[in-house]
Amino acid sequence: MSSRQIKTQSSGGPDSELPTPRHFFASDDTALLSDVDVFDESAPPSSLWREAGRKLVRQPKFIVSVLLIAVILLAVAWPTLFTKVPKNSCDLSKSLDGPSAGHPLGFEKLGCDIFSRVVNGARPSVSVGVLTTLLVVIIGGLIGALAGWYGKWVDALLSRITDIFFALPLVLAAIVFLQAFGQRGGFLGVFSVVAVMAAFGWPQMARITRSAVLAVKNSDFVTAAKAIGVSRGKILLKHAMPNAAAPMIVTATVSLGTYIVAEATLSFLGVGLPITTRSWGWQISDAKTMLRTAPEVLLWPAAALALTVLAFIMLGDAVRDALDPKARR
Amino acid sequence: MGWYIGRRLLQMIPVFLGATLLVYAMVFLLPGDPIVAMFGERQVNAAVANQLRAQYHLDKPFIIQYLLYLKGVVTGNFGMSYSGRPVSQIVAQAYPVTVKLAVMALCIEAIFGVVLGVIAGLRRGGWFDSTALVLSMLLIAVPTFVMGFVLQTLLGIKLQWLPVTVGGEVSVKSLLMPAFVLAGVSMAYVLRLTRNSVAEVSTADYVRTATAKGLSRHTVVTKHILRNSLIPVVTFLGADLGNLMGGAIVTEGIFNVPGVGNALYQAILKSEGSTVVSLVTILVLVFIIANLVVDLLYAALDPRIRLV
Amino acid sequence: MTRRTHTIRRARRSAAIGLVAAAAMALTACGSGAKTTSSSTAAAGASGSGGFTNGIVTLRGGEPQNPLIPTNTNEVFGARIETNLFAGLVYYDADGETQMDAAESITPNADYTVFTVKLRSGMTFDNGDPVDADSFINAWNFGAYEGNAQLCADFFQPIQGYKEENAPFEADSNYKPKDGDVVTLSGLKKVDDLDFTITMAQATPDWPVHLGYNAYDPLPKSAFVKNTTTPITDAAGNPLMTVDPAYGENPVGNGPYKLKGQGAWQHNVKIDLVPSKTYDGPRKPHNGGLTYEFITELETVYSDLLAGNLDVTDEIPESAFTTFESDLGSRAVNLAGTNFQSFTIPSRLPHFSGQEGQLRRQALSYAIDRATICKTIFNGTRTPAKDFSSPLMAGYSANIPGNEVLSYNPTKAKQLWAQADAISKWSGTFEIAYNGDSSHGQWVEAVLNSINQVLGIKTAPKVYPTFQAMRTDVTDRKIQTAFRTGWQADYPSIYDYLAPLYGTGGGSNDGDYSNTDFDNLLTEGLKQKTADESAVYYNQAQEILMKELPAIPLWVQNIVGGSSTKVSNVKWGWDTVPIAYLIEKPE
Repeated sequence: MSSRQIKTQSSGGPDSELPTPRHFFASDDTALLSDVDVFDESAPPSSLWREAGRKLVRQPKFIVSVLLIAVILLAVAWPTLFTKVPKNSCDLSKSLDGPSAGHPLGFEKLGCDIFSRVVNGARPSVSVGVLTTLLVVIIGGLIGALAGWYGKWVDALLSRITDIFFALPLVLAAIVFLQAFGQRGGFLGVFSVVAVMAAFGWPQMARITRSAVLAVKNSDFVTAAKAIGVSRGKILLKHAMPNAAAPMIVTATVSLGTYIVAEATLSFLGVGLPITTRSWGWQISDAKTMLRTAPEVLLWPAAALALTVLAFIMLGDAVRDALDPKARR
Repeated sequence: MGWYIGRRLLQMIPVFLGATLLVYAMVFLLPGDPIVAMFGERQVNAAVANQLRAQYHLDKPFIIQYLLYLKGVVTGNFGMSYSGRPVSQIVAQAYPVTVKLAVMALCIEAIFGVVLGVIAGLRRGGWFDSTALVLSMLLIAVPTFVMGFVLQTLLGIKLQWLPVTVGGEVSVKSLLMPAFVLAGVSMAYVLRLTRNSVAEVSTADYVRTATAKGLSRHTVVTKHILRNSLIPVVTFLGADLGNLMGGAIVTEGIFNVPGVGNALYQAILKSEGSTVVSLVTILVLVFIIANLVVDLLYAALDPRIRLV
Repeated sequence: MTRRTHTIRRARRSAAIGLVAAAAMALTACGSGAKTTSSSTAAAGASGSGGFTNGIVTLRGGEPQNPLIPTNTNEVFGARIETNLFAGLVYYDADGETQMDAAESITPNADYTVFTVKLRSGMTFDNGDPVDADSFINAWNFGAYEGNAQLCADFFQPIQGYKEENAPFEADSNYKPKDGDVVTLSGLKKVDDLDFTITMAQATPDWPVHLGYNAYDPLPKSAFVKNTTTPITDAAGNPLMTVDPAYGENPVGNGPYKLKGQGAWQHNVKIDLVPSKTYDGPRKPHNGGLTYEFITELETVYSDLLAGNLDVTDEIPESAFTTFESDLGSRAVNLAGTNFQSFTIPSRLPHFSGQEGQLRRQALSYAIDRATICKTIFNGTRTPAKDFSSPLMAGYSANIPGNEVLSYNPTKAKQLWAQADAISKWSGTFEIAYNGDSSHGQWVEAVLNSINQVLGIKTAPKVYPTFQAMRTDVTDRKIQTAFRTGWQADYPSIYDYLAPLYGTGGGSNDGDYSNTDFDNLLTEGLKQKTADESAVYYNQAQEILMKELPAIPLWVQNIVGGSSTKVSNVKWGWDTVPIAYLIEKPE
């Protein structure tokens, strides 16, 4: 495992941001040993994140994903930029009609404009997906990290709580909680759905984080950091967590898509977002009845979901590559 | 080691109590009156309804209901469903089917996910990596019901290779299609986790060392890269076994599998406390044991991890 | 989730079109197998020859919600199995007429208060127990006593003694039975082994037509054990008897089929029935057995049908509404049915009482484009309602005065709404509630869109997660919106579409509607001797409903189903269920 942090420890001033040597690893086989071992003392102090940022912008994957996400976020913030057709203007006489002027994707069964629905579906779906993922990363990451790092009774307690939450059926919890709090529109509605889904999504994240922290807990650089008296909390945050980031990012980006889909299940039962919000997941479930006759109705919201998922996976990959001190090519 | 396992097994007792109490409370809080629902859209006969409530202890306060359930469990009586079937029978019928299905799905996602993930991770940035990325996207974004429908139509009705539904014929052959559909999203997780983990490990010092000292590519990949990159994957798979068992509602519906997901969903819709709690409690035990096995595997995969 | 369970509807095998028998004097057994003048389209390949075949027919079914005890079965899936396992006094044939089954005759007295039943002689249950007067009297007594907690207890209300024996429960619904209580119906009198009389609480000319419901099936002696949970004795010192819980798992009946051995009911999977050797009644099986496959997902039902795993289904998934007729050709069925759909607006809601409420209801009704919704959302598998019952009822009229309120008329709708606004200005959102665990979302939305476009008011669907959550709010009168309501009568009479739903104090009168004129017309109709004469009064009563609209009729669900190429002679009962014993399938 990496010994980078320990090496740099010696060259950095006390309590300063640890400067990173430009070429700790031989960048290629022709590098001279003397070049490698020379520290550039004049370089400005760098950080893991700053360096990652520099690497990021050079990656095509990152650029594509950021552009995609920008478009999606535009649709979330200002759907009217894309379509002026209100999402709830439906005319039964246009049921399943093909594309026409001003309606590029045609109409679904109730005679609603598909394009408008897909664009307007971005806001509820993306906000539920992103917020749930964030919450899951925070809660799951924290609990998993604490369990893995401190071990002993902390691990036993937190892990067993995780086990219980793992097995709770989402549908049951959603019906109970959302029925109790009542269905709301707007931000509160989104938030209550996010809270319920996060409450049942965090165990996965906790397990993954715990395993990653366990894996680095006994590595040399952690032992060394302990030896020189860095506090345990600080080691966890500064050294162990960045090394646990990869599996966390993967889990988070993949989960994002599944949360968007899961929201539909809840809406369908009437315990998710109000059914009038028309999230993508809801549109996909709704298109189920047209699977044999008009699959194109299903295609568009599913494609929107797919692109979102793709964008976030790519972003996750790029960030991970950039964060990983070793994986350079 | 033995002490470690023993302690972990002992921890099941508080977990069992906590899980049952929590789930029972949630079922208790479900909106609506299950007895009213038994009358459909018809007049509810108050006397009959009250007799039934008494029969199922629904006339008692929550904590008494829960204690009565616990008392039943201790004496081996898991209660009755509202359709008059012993809950133990429902559990005994649903679990074997679901275990088969979940294990098959787990194998499918593990094999396909790991193999594709390893190749994608070793050839980062190549066409295979990009294909794997698109495949992951599709696995996540194509809804289960679409995948089920396409497979049923293609393999079941058109080509007649596999049975369309499972029903009473639970066999490896009939479970193959549902297992594939069930494995879908999880396969995306395994693929991504493996790919990124392999990518990370493959640039580590010891891998360079191993390559440098002249070990064959094959040995490096299997002995050094794979072993060290499996920890997050194994963690995911361990936790996923339970998910596959309890969360297969849609898949079980599409393929008419008489399993846990469906039984659980139906019981929730009917507010059948004892059925829900019994099914979920076993799920909790599955999670605990699977996670214990995973923890033991950590030590085997990475000697630096010590079990204490 | 779009599972279609939980809409617990009453199944009722019973007559469809010519309801001959409302006042049937002595209905005598036709004895000679079913008549096959098809009232419904059978498969093209159906010979209709009444041939007997050996193949085992697989039908779409579902896990029964209760043990197979007739008096405790109030939902479709259990009922369709019991139809085959038991022979009640009467059955409903393919033409929808009431025919004698276990009874040889049912003879009313002059004022229709006493019916004398004569059973066919020599009948036995499959275990050899005789089918005699006691088989019926014991089963009915068991079902009627509320202490036995049978879901169909109310079905025995018309019989004399029901009210009296259950009076303690009426006074206190938590009443615990005690020694000396009356636990039998005084209206049931055994004359001899094959004869008994039924005395009614009041004149009931159409009583024999009721008797095809599974709640009135007989039970063998072996089904009964001493009741140990309520160990009491009646006035005569006899212990209270109950049906052995194990019996419902492996029921022994007297019908055309029996279980294929112990454990033939594989829960959540299927149930296997084979022809009974002891049954010698009119419903002789035309096939070698029945297998009901329990499938919850309709998509799966259809895939199984296309794959040849299923011979007959009585439901088609929405996704196949446009294609099933071309997929199945002449094996597809799409006929008017008996399941009436509506939504109810309780008059306790603001703006929906009195004159204002009446105007608003009418406006809403005029604002719904039923024809287009039936065509586009349901692809013609629903028939727009023209009254409050079903087109298959005797005496049905599509021309009830005032029923133009059920047609689409935006101008009229706006006008009436404006008139109501003049009384009190409308505010808020108009909502219709439905249960999300069944597929109602699309039509609710279409109806609301229609209203929104015509009246320009805000509309929104209100979803309840489960059927029970909605029904509990409806039953407790807590619901604060309009809500969907559906009804299938228990026996083929317009009366049963009206009295329970809109009669004052009616058991399923969810909107608490009350109108004395309406009640009187129903009572008058009940006194008539033929169904057509009764219907004159019922339809007059409906004229009142057309004005006041306690519920807004939407459409009637069609019989939508299909069969595989392997079977023929598929006939459909009025309850939209295929008549299983008639299906023919060569081995």
